[in-house]
Amino acid sequence: MRPVRTLGAVMAIGIVTFATACGGDDGGSGAEPDAKTVTVQAANGAVSVPAAPKRIVSLSPTHTETLFAIGAGPQVVAVDAYSNHPAAAPRTKLSGFKPNAEAIIAYKPDLVVLSDDMDGIVKALEKVKVPVLLEPAAKNLDEAYDEIGDLGQATGHQAEAKKVTDGMRADIQKTVAASSKAKSLTYYHELDNQLHSVSSKTFVGQVYGMFGLQNIADKADKASGGYPQLSREYLLKQDPDLIFLADTKCCGQNAAALTKRPGWSDLDAVGHGGVVELDDDIASRWGPRLAEFVKAIGDAVQKVQ
Amino acid sequence: MRPLPLAVAVGLLLAALLAGVLVGSAGLPVGGVLKALADRIPFVHADSGLGVIDENVLFQLRVPRALMAALVGGMLAVAGAGYQGVFRNPLADPYLLGAAAGAGVGATLVIALVPGDPGYGVPLAAFAGAICGVALAYLLGSAATGRGNGTATLVLAGVAVSSFLAAVQTLIQQMKAEELQRIYSWILGGVGSADWHQLALVFPYALVSTVVLLAHGRLLDVLSVGDEEAASLGLSAARVRLTVLVAASLATASAVAVSGLIAFVGIVVPHLVRRLAGGSYRIVLPLSLLGGAAFLEVADLVARTLIRPGELPLGVVTAFVGGPFFVAVLRASRRQVET
Repeated sequence: MRPVRTLGAVMAIGIVTFATACGGDDGGSGAEPDAKTVTVQAANGAVSVPAAPKRIVSLSPTHTETLFAIGAGPQVVAVDAYSNHPAAAPRTKLSGFKPNAEAIIAYKPDLVVLSDDMDGIVKALEKVKVPVLLEPAAKNLDEAYDEIGDLGQATGHQAEAKKVTDGMRADIQKTVAASSKAKSLTYYHELDNQLHSVSSKTFVGQVYGMFGLQNIADKADKASGGYPQLSREYLLKQDPDLIFLADTKCCGQNAAALTKRPGWSDLDAVGHGGVVELDDDIASRWGPRLAEFVKAIGDAVQKVQ
Repeated sequence: MRPLPLAVAVGLLLAALLAGVLVGSAGLPVGGVLKALADRIPFVHADSGLGVIDENVLFQLRVPRALMAALVGGMLAVAGAGYQGVFRNPLADPYLLGAAAGAGVGATLVIALVPGDPGYGVPLAAFAGAICGVALAYLLGSAATGRGNGTATLVLAGVAVSSFLAAVQTLIQQMKAEELQRIYSWILGGVGSADWHQLALVFPYALVSTVVLLAHGRLLDVLSVGDEEAASLGLSAARVRLTVLVAASLATASAVAVSGLIAFVGIVVPHLVRRLAGGSYRIVLPLSLLGGAAFLEVADLVARTLIRPGELPLGVVTAFVGGPFFVAVLRASRRQVET
């Protein structure tokens, strides 16, 4: 019954708007108007969010992970098709690549979290007065922590968010300290079997940089915005000490598959256990599982040293 | 066949192949490469001084890649010349009849639907798709005219089938946004993933289709005089057309299957050959084969060295060279006609 649902959505938005506008009293606490909303600084400006939103829609796998890690999971009513972690996340067919404003509104959200303003979705949702937090892909660790903090603030889980980021900081520090700087070790981070990689400019590249690892993709990164495609000749010639595969799930790559690529079986990393099979998702999201990614790098560095 | 143009074309191709093997982003020493190559000749022993990695770069990557570029370029160009003979239109192109669009749908389907690394699934599906695309265009064209030789109708059917298949491909891409990068990378074309297995896979098709095409040079010459004249000489125009069409489509399909979509080779090379060596198909077909091989060899050399250690898609390089070149040729030939 689509018309009824849409009507419901319109009414819900109306009520939220009314409550926000008037500082209306729906909890019976009689507190001052400001307590009913919180203002969060996101990439789309200062966003006024109802305190402790009850119907959150997340269109970003990273933010879905964060919301559940900080205890806001029960408030999440829908997540996009690629939010595959944790298992309890209410996955839907919603897409973060081709967001559909009406489909999102049908979930009557009082907060939408996304990492990409594709097709003007932020403006579309703002037009119908749905609070939107745009938290784009983090460029460094501090931004990642900052975004987790933002989500904590927006969902009424500030303390838990701080606990999560403090834990991440401690874990990452411990891992990095344990692997004494991997001086002059070179590495290659594979995004797909077309040899797309990341340069040190990217978030992922910076994580490797914490260990002092040298990225062989940096020389190829002239105009590719941090994600160059390497030539097969260049890669063989560089003979990196470590190969990190971030295409184990998408493209079925693993250490055994590498030996079948022409010329690869003679690479140092392939011959001496320097191939690390990463979880694609953990290696591409800037959320609470970052410490696991860092741990995988640290373990590999220690093994090779 | 006059020997001079043939000798020039063979010389060009050999020079291009040598350059293709000598130059690359790994920067191997020229002397070492030459010695390593000589070492492979029976009864010749030369110590190249290359390490294991360098030898791998040379014999696992660079040599098969150079051979594949030549093979694909030759097939596309000779197929282009064949199509032009069938349609009696110098602007006909291997991609005209839905071959490229069909291959695109086949490859996209496999990339989008098969989880993990599809391996040779992509070339095989592209091959099947290209054949289906051409067959569909041919059937539609024949159905429209009631005969198999209405060339204008056939070309229009090819255009219609191509747009339809392109739409199907876009639809699949949109539904599988996460595979966009891989699909896109295949569509832009290239021989970067060539290896010996792939060469062995495509070689029989290349051989059969090329031999059939070259054997039809004289018949295409007769055909170019007109269908009535051909019939008066006891030639079945429809049968020659169909044979050449099938052989050219087979060549295109095998090329597309291993290299993705590489535009303009099939138009530019035969055109250039025609202007330099005359319009007889007995000359145009073999020279297009050799010239196409040399052309794509050089184009691939540019693709893999211009932004090294990154790589440009080969289809982008050929379009960059081919597009403006083609316009210039068109303008020049028009001026000739007008004056």
